[in-house]
Amino acid sequence: MLDSSMIELSRWQFASTAMYHFLFVPLTLGLSWILVIMESVYVMTGREIYRDMTKFWGKLFGINFALGVTTGLTMEFQFGTNWSYYSHYVGDVFGAPLAIEGLMAFFLESTFIGLFFLGWERLTKRQHLAVTFLMAFGSNLSALWILVANGWMQNPVGAEFSYETMRMEMVSFWEVVMNPVAQVKFVHTVAAGYVTGAMFVLGISSWYMLKGRDLPFAKRSFSVAVGFGLASILSVILLGDESGYEVGDVQRVKLAAIEAEWHTEPAPAAFTIYGIPDNEAEETQDAIKVPWLLGLIATRSLDTEVKGLKDLMREHEARIRSGMIAYSYLERLRGGEKTPENIAAFEAHKADLGYGLLLKRYTENPAAATEEQIRMAVKDSIPEVAPLFWTFRIMVGAGVWMLLLIVLGFYYNAKRVIQNQRWLLRLFLFSIPVPWIAAETGWFVAEFGRQPWAIGEVLPTSIAASSLTANDLIISLSGFILFYTILFIIEMYLMFKFARLGPSSLHTGRYHHECETGHAGGMTPATAPHQQAD
Amino acid sequence: MIFDYETLKFIWWVLVGVLLIGFAVTDGMDMGVGALLPFLGKNDEERRVIINTIGPHWDGNQVWLITAGGAIFAAWPLVYASAFSGFYFAMLLALFALFLRPVGFDYRSKIADPRWRSAWDWGLFVGGVVPALVFGVAFGNLLLGVPFHLDDMLRPFYTGSFIALFHPFALIAGIVSVAMLTTQGAIWLQLRTADPISSRAKLWAKRAGLATIAAFALAGIWLSLGIEGFRVASMPPLGATPNPLAKEVTHEASAWLANYRDYPWTLLFPALGFVGMGLAIRASLADRPGLGLVASSLGLTGIIVTAGAAMFPFILPSSTQPNSSLIVWDAVSSHLTLTIMFWAAAIFVPLILAYTTWTYAKMWRRVTVEEIREQDHLAY
Repeated sequence: MLDSSMIELSRWQFASTAMYHFLFVPLTLGLSWILVIMESVYVMTGREIYRDMTKFWGKLFGINFALGVTTGLTMEFQFGTNWSYYSHYVGDVFGAPLAIEGLMAFFLESTFIGLFFLGWERLTKRQHLAVTFLMAFGSNLSALWILVANGWMQNPVGAEFSYETMRMEMVSFWEVVMNPVAQVKFVHTVAAGYVTGAMFVLGISSWYMLKGRDLPFAKRSFSVAVGFGLASILSVILLGDESGYEVGDVQRVKLAAIEAEWHTEPAPAAFTIYGIPDNEAEETQDAIKVPWLLGLIATRSLDTEVKGLKDLMREHEARIRSGMIAYSYLERLRGGEKTPENIAAFEAHKADLGYGLLLKRYTENPAAATEEQIRMAVKDSIPEVAPLFWTFRIMVGAGVWMLLLIVLGFYYNAKRVIQNQRWLLRLFLFSIPVPWIAAETGWFVAEFGRQPWAIGEVLPTSIAASSLTANDLIISLSGFILFYTILFIIEMYLMFKFARLGPSSLHTGRYHHECETGHAGGMTPATAPHQQAD
Repeated sequence: MIFDYETLKFIWWVLVGVLLIGFAVTDGMDMGVGALLPFLGKNDEERRVIINTIGPHWDGNQVWLITAGGAIFAAWPLVYASAFSGFYFAMLLALFALFLRPVGFDYRSKIADPRWRSAWDWGLFVGGVVPALVFGVAFGNLLLGVPFHLDDMLRPFYTGSFIALFHPFALIAGIVSVAMLTTQGAIWLQLRTADPISSRAKLWAKRAGLATIAAFALAGIWLSLGIEGFRVASMPPLGATPNPLAKEVTHEASAWLANYRDYPWTLLFPALGFVGMGLAIRASLADRPGLGLVASSLGLTGIIVTAGAAMFPFILPSSTQPNSSLIVWDAVSSHLTLTIMFWAAAIFVPLILAYTTWTYAKMWRRVTVEEIREQDHLAY
């Protein structure tokens, strides 16, 4: 058995580094398309201000992107460093989308990003626009493959366990790619990224308008972002990823946990707006419910029921017992007794092997688990409900808040009076963190809600980790915390500095701070504001 | 599936090699540039010149490393699992050093404070030297054998320590790695900068090139005289379902030379290593850095393949339980996965080479101090 505090620390390390990585990803996904829109307008109309917009928002994009790349490196390393049994057990399936992501998408994005920043003088207008487009396209394509990999963790289709190689093996690449959970997640995640990009531009543009500086620049940026943002927030909300909750046991458990629905209710189920879920007592106290709403959100129908956690756990107990049988035959097969009877018996229970492995947390030999150990494994077979219940509500609340803001912003922008709505501009400014709150809580729901599984119904998290010690993890986790904290401070410092400078940081001589002398904030002041000749 | 399993297993050994060579030629070059940055750039503007020669390319180049990692995960899951978790702190050391590059390139020139800039210059130095050293040392440890074993459910256990990785032979392998990438970086800078940086780069190309040749020769002599290799005594058919516990491996003297004895034509690889590096130095001294870059790329290809071919079919030999060693025939993914990955590589690697070439062509010039002054706010 692996050291349980080492596993806990491995989970903390993975969760914190992955969530930290995702501070930077959504802005890349969204802002890159906003840059494409701005630069397209520049190429079509030839108006310099749109080139300046592309360059300025591109500067902020770059500050963010650098940390996205940095923290992405960790993700590439740490399946192997910290989750080595996972890497062996599912690498045949999970590794492929990651490798293809590199070949098909990450190369594209990374090769062209250099030209996006440094190619302005060496490319024609159209070439540069193509470069910007390929960069945005590459980063979104990259998200597709990552979410194919992640979707497979939630709903591992297209693969089968092989007792000979002692791992999951791919049987249909097509099924892995077309996994409904992955597809739905992709749309939801990139659209959430687009909202992040939009809210970022809206918030900072609002601040320029509040300060009354660089108004033409700010208003145009606002216009681009508010249109893009409206389409995106509608997509996120309407194409939320609940539709993916119908497939696979993990998703059903997650849904019931999000709703703290302990008992199966007659369809359509009620939605619990408030309550205090209690995993020990297996009930939710002080619940306030809205009739029908959950059934509608989750199943998009009035007559499909949402199964409650207690019923799901009863199913799990049966599967754990079946998994014990699978494990005992697996041991015989691994020991060389490959008789047709043993193979047939193993195949009959193979689908429940993962449930049997849940017992590994309590015993070396799941085939001989005691009733008490089975009871504990059943308890473990659902995630902690309260954190899911609350983070989901925070995510939804953040989404609704952004929808309201963006609709109002769109309305006032269309009426061309946005710069007078100071209250709304202030709300936009202070709402800059909101899309990140939504994205992080969303990922928390998706991944914490997957527990106790690393790969749904296949591989429990408790056996997926590397054979390290808790001490190893304390050292590495401290290293990450130290490095990531310093990098975060530096990134925020630069982001604030350049957002404050605004388009003046381009040193074209056309913007706010350049009218004041010596106010270029650490950069060499533009000595001779020169008119661009193109 | 046009290839049988046995052939695909071999193809993937070649493809992982291609990705590693791609990494060494491109991103390795950037690491060499990082290693030279504090010594070739005498002031801020010169250092900016150096950084901007690779400014548009470092990010794309780095993807060779990331893709090599991803491909090892997908094609050799047990190798990825055992090596990354076994070399835990070495991998983290490389990772933390790699952190310094993206932020170093992008953030360095955003603030004018000389202390800030100098801190990032050293960050880029560390981000170049440390991963190059760690990867070389890791390669050295593969040749020495790695203290790990698999249990009957194929869970890898590593029983060595971090300090033990720095065996003197492994350190020489690390020096080969740092020296050859520095040569590559120096010749690149000779090609893409103007004097005085260019002539300083020429001097360093000679130093690093000679160091590469010396360390490579020393490693070769040590390997043939003092290091026991591994040999597969018996194993299931090459095309069989992979089972890393089904073979018998022996640990014996000069086993790493067996392939060179049995297939003498493979001696062309070490020859390419020496000749390539030698030619690179000559070309650099003759002010023909373009030719020099080609020669040093071939030289480092020769060096990498020399190590790979010596070990073939071993990827990760186990010193403590040799039968647990991971080899080309039994540490691989399924036939289907290898096939899909093969097609992905066959389609996208040429495409990547094509657009990467386009970006190099578009940005091709000697970067000068004047250009940096002109584009103060645009350049890195």
